[in-house]
Amino acid sequence: MAHNPARPLSPHLSIWKWGPHMLVSILHRATGTALAIGGGLIFTWWLTAAAISPAAYAIFYHWIVDADPSSAHEGAQALVGLLARLVGVALSWSFFQHMASGVRHLMLDTGAGYELKVNRLGAILTIVFSIVATLVFWAVILGKGN
Amino acid sequence: MGRGTSLGRVRGLGSAHAGPHHWWMQRVTAAGNLLLLIWFVVSLARLPVLDHQAVVLWLKSPLAAVPLLLLVISVFWHLRLGLQVFIEDYVHEAGGKVACLLLLNAYVVVAAALCLFSILKIAFGGVPA
Ligand code: HEM
Ligand code: HEM
Repeated sequence: MAHNPARPLSPHLSIWKWGPHMLVSILHRATGTALAIGGGLIFTWWLTAAAISPAAYAIFYHWIVDADPSSAHEGAQALVGLLARLVGVALSWSFFQHMASGVRHLMLDTGAGYELKVNRLGAILTIVFSIVATLVFWAVILGKGN
Repeated sequence: MGRGTSLGRVRGLGSAHAGPHHWWMQRVTAAGNLLLLIWFVVSLARLPVLDHQAVVLWLKSPLAAVPLLLLVISVFWHLRLGLQVFIEDYVHEAGGKVACLLLLNAYVVVAAALCLFSILKIAFGGVPA
């Protein structure tokens, strides 16, 4: 029989083709887990430090928000600062991605959006949203610093 | 008669009927997270700086402290439910599963308690700005 490439593939356990909906499915899990552990710990550190003292808050601020360039060990400091920025970008993107795919989950729960094209478009839109929102978020933050 | 195979019924190992509540609370807290986290991100962005004084003065207002308390409850509840499913999906051996779930509960209870106490301490004026 002639093979029609437009037909859906049968979901054999080891034979499947990547699609945007699969990517968004696993990203929802990965970003939720990253937020739950990384985001949860940083958020708890922030509030607890604020409630302890200005000095404790300064340690949090120094490590997470902005390393003071005038402090000692400049090379190591710059590296840590860069790592903190990377974690910050990864967590903010995770937040926007999880938020968008979470809202998509809630819409799918109503029974809407299972048509192949609509489903695919929804999955792609969550990724577009998370990238754009992350760029805007950091443009605002970096704009403030100046 | 009940559901499941006759063997399962005899053993009393059928559905615990606790799943829908878990699923529903994941949705309810998702809606809570959505509202409260948008409020939180916008509020932080509107503060001119994020130093100690700015955060303490901000949290002295009930209109900041109360939503933040609710946010802590919603987010930690949501992530506890979410990570439970994650663990149950990937840790199959009974001992490891129980250990992971205990660790998860310990993390959530300790972190949420620290957050709630810290917000209240600042809100009630326990931290000089
Ligand atoms: C052979 C292809 C696949 C089959 C038959 C399959 C089957 C399933 C089933 C039956 C569920 C449970 C459904 C539910 O919770 O409502 C599920 C959930 C899930 N699958 Fe797949 N799956 C496949 C491929 C994939 C791929 C490629 C990924 C990503 C790498 C993936 C990621 C997930 C995730 C993260 C969940 C949890 C979903 C959630 O709770 O939102 N799956 N899968
Ligand atoms: C922005 C608002 C949020 C919305 C709308 C949202 C929505 C959702 C929904 C609907 C689910 C269930 C997915 C399913 O049944 O497969 C879920 C799972 C989850 N969420 Fe969220 N969420 C939000 C924020 C967060 C935050 C801030 C965290 C962590 C701090 C988080 C951590 C998780 C985790 C760990 C899971 C489990 C993932 C899995 O089992 O695959 N969520 N979220």
